[in-house]
Amino acid sequence: MKQLLSGLVVAVLGAIVLVEAHNTSEEGHSFRDWPITFSIAPQATTVAHAPEVPTANASPPTPPTLLSRLWRVLSLRDYNTRVVLLGTTILGITAGIVGTFMLLRKRALVGDVVGHSALPGIAIAFLVMEGLSPGTGKWLPGLLAGAFVFGVAGAVSVMLIEKYSRIKPDAAMAMTLSVFYGLGAALFTVVQKVPGGNAAGLKTYLSGKTASLITDDVWLFAVVAGVVLTVTMLLMKELTILCFDGEFAAADGWPVFWLDTLLIGLVVTVTIIGMQSVGLILVVATLIIPPASARFWTDDLRRMTLGAGLAGGMSSFFGTIMSALFPHVAAGAVIVLTGACLFAVSLLFGTKRGVLIHWWRQRQLRREVGRVDLLRAAFELVEHAVSAPIPEFDELTAHELSLADLLMMRTWDAASLQRLIIAAVREGLMHPTGKDTWRLTRSGAEEARRLARNHRLWEMYLMKYAHIAPSHVDRDADLIEHVLDPELVAELEYQLDHPDDEIPQSSHATSVSSLE
Amino acid sequence: MIWDVDYDAPAGKLIAIVGPNGAGKSTLIKATLDLVPKVSGDVRVFGQPYEEQRTRVAYVPQRTSVDWDFPVSAQDVVAMGLYKKIGWCRPVTRRWRIEAREALDRVGLADFSRRQISQLSGGQQQRVFLARALVQRADLYLMDEPFAGVDAATERAILQVLRDLRSTGKTALVVHHDLQTVADYFDHVLLLNMRLVASGPTAEVFTEENLRRTYGGRLALLDQVGTRLAEGQ
Repeated sequence: MKQLLSGLVVAVLGAIVLVEAHNTSEEGHSFRDWPITFSIAPQATTVAHAPEVPTANASPPTPPTLLSRLWRVLSLRDYNTRVVLLGTTILGITAGIVGTFMLLRKRALVGDVVGHSALPGIAIAFLVMEGLSPGTGKWLPGLLAGAFVFGVAGAVSVMLIEKYSRIKPDAAMAMTLSVFYGLGAALFTVVQKVPGGNAAGLKTYLSGKTASLITDDVWLFAVVAGVVLTVTMLLMKELTILCFDGEFAAADGWPVFWLDTLLIGLVVTVTIIGMQSVGLILVVATLIIPPASARFWTDDLRRMTLGAGLAGGMSSFFGTIMSALFPHVAAGAVIVLTGACLFAVSLLFGTKRGVLIHWWRQRQLRREVGRVDLLRAAFELVEHAVSAPIPEFDELTAHELSLADLLMMRTWDAASLQRLIIAAVREGLMHPTGKDTWRLTRSGAEEARRLARNHRLWEMYLMKYAHIAPSHVDRDADLIEHVLDPELVAELEYQLDHPDDEIPQSSHATSVSSLE
Repeated sequence: MIWDVDYDAPAGKLIAIVGPNGAGKSTLIKATLDLVPKVSGDVRVFGQPYEEQRTRVAYVPQRTSVDWDFPVSAQDVVAMGLYKKIGWCRPVTRRWRIEAREALDRVGLADFSRRQISQLSGGQQQRVFLARALVQRADLYLMDEPFAGVDAATERAILQVLRDLRSTGKTALVVHHDLQTVADYFDHVLLLNMRLVASGPTAEVFTEENLRRTYGGRLALLDQVGTRLAEGQ
């Protein structure tokens, strides 16, 4: 969990750095592609809606208000907006679903390794193609193939280092990632010197080119996503057993090595394709943040997978819209930051493991413990006051309980005791009879009897079977009685051979009398 | 690292594997299942090579070997024992879920089938693993410390299951750490400390003399050579 959180922090920081870098970068023209691509679309030819058209030197363009731009994007009037939104959303969904298994296989960083390792692949593919036939260096399928080969090589290197040396996985990943990235950086300096090797075009792979996605790209995404998702759905069961208990899977005859390889293959595919949307440095965030967010909402793997798809799709969708509103900010970074916002919301409000629900449950438990303590104190107070060994029902409701008396029963301070009493009054267990005095109501008395009985049954059990000294038994019983459910109480009655409704005497009383 | 373990397990018996920490008890089981590489050696199950008899062998790993935070329910885990029967790419249908629930019932966890596995106690988790092995309907069960750190109810439940298995002619090889109960629970015993110390019916083999030989400390030289061999691989 800690590892996961720190990974997230790094990814988010990376995104922020990218945003900054591209605000200042002179090469960052790909992010200004938004208005340019808009202007290609038929409806977008109106000057007012095409800010910063490079050739607009005749009349200064009136900058559109944020609201009008929002409306333009949300209404999906532009063909390009639709294309870009569709493309990034498909990628977001796919990455989220595949990432779920990566997260559960505890290989969250493999996506990062693959992304970084792909960089030299792109450079080499460009150099090879340019060498064979000048001018063809930026042919997309060729570049993707190069990225794919090197992405796989990176992932395989990690697996081999782990297998054949004593270097731990985190070190193996850090080494592979940086060495491949270094190789890529070195090769890119070569690429820049090649005639026609305007590296700027290639560098869009580093941080994505969301805004300039075209229909052909989206078709490619759709086909790849279709294949990847089909494979994942078909092999849901096999991937589950691989991630949960690889050793058992191997003993049961599943080809664990090949399943692992397949999973990595899926991740490489998603990474290489996703690179075009958010860039190869940030692609790991789209793989890991969505499933990590989904985990806060469910304890079921199927739902987590769907949730991760949903979270991935949503962060890409809304991230893309945001980036359309702020065209100077790198779209990939905005997508990742949107995902991080979703994660933060999940962390806080998640219905299964969110921080708030956890806090609420703890609070409920504390209140429950307090209520039990109060009622038992009231019961024992009456017990001391009346002559009969076990107080009758009427005596319980008739006896007046004062704050001072209750304070003596346990080691609690007046303020917290008063809070407990206020809560008990609100629940109808006690009612005030004067200043700082109360009586138990009928339901309060019933509850007090029940709790006292459970407590003493448990004490008897501890003394009889666990051989705990009577002087210590009360403290141990205190710890456990809050979790005594009816089933356990029935078991206690059975084991102690105790009749239905009778309340045993306090163990302290019996031990004292037996001493005498 | 273990050496020279030459052992013929009698069929239809409950067999304990006993030895000190680091004696190679788990390794023996994993080597049998081909989960760790063997420098040399040969495993035969019911007279056939293990590879051909895989479906007749069920494995109960140590409870601590997996992440119990995994988002699955008790029933889902038990169903994993059925995956082979269900087959590639086929979903887990109702019929299999019912079978999984029946196995949970056998280990006394019928009411817990939908519970997420991290919300089970250690003993209950161990019983889930046992149920997963039961649905495999194997003839040979290899269990790695099923009694380690479990509550009394779980210990009773596991023992009952083991005896049921024996009465239907199954064999179980169980790594066991509690010397007090070995004689009560098991028919045969295999004493291990990096090599086979003794094996046979509990009454004959589980003697003070043999135990002293088993627990007489690690064999420094054997250990050293073993490490070197592992590095050379």
